[in-house]
Amino acid sequence: MANGSHPGWLTVHGVRLEIVERGQGRPILWLHGEEGLDPGAPFLDLLAAHGSVLAPSHPGFGHSPDVSSIDTVDDLSYLYLDVLAARNLRDVVVIGSSLGGWIAAEMAVKSSDRLGGLVLVAPLGIKVGDRETRDIPDIFALPPDEVARLQYRDPARAAVDHAKLSDDQLTVIARNREATALYAWEPYFHNPKLRQRLHRITPPTLLLWGADDRFVTAAYYGAAYRSAIPGARFETIDGAGHFPHIEEPAAFAARVRGFLGEPKA
Amino acid sequence: MGMRAWFFSENAYHLLPDSKEYDSIRVKLPNRYYDPKIGADLYHRFIDEWQIAEELGLEIMVNEHHQTATNLNPSAAVVMGALARDTRKARILILGNPIANRREPVRVAEEMAMVDVYARGRLECGFVRGVPYEMSAGNHRPTRMMERFWEAHDLIVKAWTSHDGPFNWEGKYFHHRQVNIWPRPYQEPHPPIWITALSPASARDVGEKGYVVACFLTGFDGTKNVFGSYRERRAELRLPTPALDRFAYAALVYVGETDEEGYAGARKLMWYLESNKVPPQFTSPPGYHPTASTVNAMKGTNPGIFKMFQNPALGPLMENGLVFAGNPDSVYRQIMKMHDHVGGFGHLLIMGQAGFLDHEETVKGMQMFVREVYPRLKALA
Repeated sequence: MANGSHPGWLTVHGVRLEIVERGQGRPILWLHGEEGLDPGAPFLDLLAAHGSVLAPSHPGFGHSPDVSSIDTVDDLSYLYLDVLAARNLRDVVVIGSSLGGWIAAEMAVKSSDRLGGLVLVAPLGIKVGDRETRDIPDIFALPPDEVARLQYRDPARAAVDHAKLSDDQLTVIARNREATALYAWEPYFHNPKLRQRLHRITPPTLLLWGADDRFVTAAYYGAAYRSAIPGARFETIDGAGHFPHIEEPAAFAARVRGFLGEPKA
Repeated sequence: MGMRAWFFSENAYHLLPDSKEYDSIRVKLPNRYYDPKIGADLYHRFIDEWQIAEELGLEIMVNEHHQTATNLNPSAAVVMGALARDTRKARILILGNPIANRREPVRVAEEMAMVDVYARGRLECGFVRGVPYEMSAGNHRPTRMMERFWEAHDLIVKAWTSHDGPFNWEGKYFHHRQVNIWPRPYQEPHPPIWITALSPASARDVGEKGYVVACFLTGFDGTKNVFGSYRERRAELRLPTPALDRFAYAALVYVGETDEEGYAGARKLMWYLESNKVPPQFTSPPGYHPTASTVNAMKGTNPGIFKMFQNPALGPLMENGLVFAGNPDSVYRQIMKMHDHVGGFGHLLIMGQAGFLDHEETVKGMQMFVREVYPRLKALA
């Protein structure tokens, strides 16, 4: 088992995934968002204090190879259900952020058999407004600094000095953007059918939202998600934007811990 | 077999406000800046210029772009439909149809067949990937484009060449039932196919098929690499050595009576490069460019040819073979320098109108080329 800071590899039905595995106990599947997986991110260690964390890079992200037959979030949701089955994991807590939250929701509407809980961190994936309303700002048409302003409470957190990064790190940044476009281009960051299927989610569910998320707000997008999942809890994290696990890792981990401490439904 | 020259114009709408007033000439420039009455005059002027090109003995090339003031032909098929009727002898080239962005390849097959029949078999049909700015206009994702491109190509060619009733297509990207186009193309088995390639990797596939490969403003080494890769691929597959008519190069070209007159014309053509103000989210949609060149862009180490587009100046553009300009002898020498550097090419695509180059200047540039330069190119062994 790869239990250090360096990722290992996992192969499921011929799909090869870079994966970080850390901690012991109840299985926690972390599904990253558009920013990809940073094996050195503090929140991963904080999560690993409460269980056995599996954190893969989706195909095309990080160092995980592209897979010709995988090009939708639907594909990714089946892939991760297959990962849980291949490891014969039970009572898994699936935590996903943004794009990863969308994947987690798609998994849960398909099969909850192996799921013990669901934490959706500002998940994307549903259509809320009318046909002329972009629920989610178009990151492919906005200047990069405007995207950072929408996604981070403190946009300086998103600033990266490319000159200080290795070719490998730059390649990961480029691949993460490319893979995001592959999965989220059209329909843009959503599945038109997902919202009507969210009622199928049966495991205890926590919706976590950065109080300063300007990308998809708690009041609009978060409320729509909450009303579609029966019994879901909804909590916000102060001082955080769209990626609370990055901007407020301790508060993020504390909310997850609180959720894990709850008795099963 | 000598070189053939093709006259092409982007049909720009150049009467724009100061570029400080907008942040992108492409994708999002509001069309309130477009006056349809002026636009109508421009369309007719540009069509007249293509007819003059034919009268002078040049071939005709048309292209297509979307949501941009730099090019007012969002449908190459429409303008070529008009030209197919208004011309009689020139070969008419569409370079090209952005088939990775088109939802219905069968519709492209129909349009091209129709134009070919109008023109009694004079159509040359190009397929292009489409420029990065057009991912929004086509609303097609910028990743895995070439896979979609080739599937569209396969479907179009099959539609053109199937004459015994319908076939069905259930591919990765396109589904179509009962494909059975009317009309079918005038030419047998179908119009000659051209494909634009900017990278050696994409030239390999074009070489394998034996289509005409076209390079746009790729300069000495970029062009040499693309043409070289085409030739290498054919040699690898033990296919016949390609003739020069399989290779095309596009440059900004202006011939004057003197070097000074030629340079003055070329400076006006440079409007095409100077006005191309486009922010990074539209020039580099994720997945459009190869990952390695995205990384180079982040490091600021892409080849200098990319920087030339950011600050275009006539000297460097001429030194790098993106502009051929001057008196007839100068232009001939510049074209031959490129020709000899890249292993030869059989088609010169002349971008001969842009921006504020007016009708008289455009026609004079064409006349000078045809009278003083073209005979020497046609006589090439």
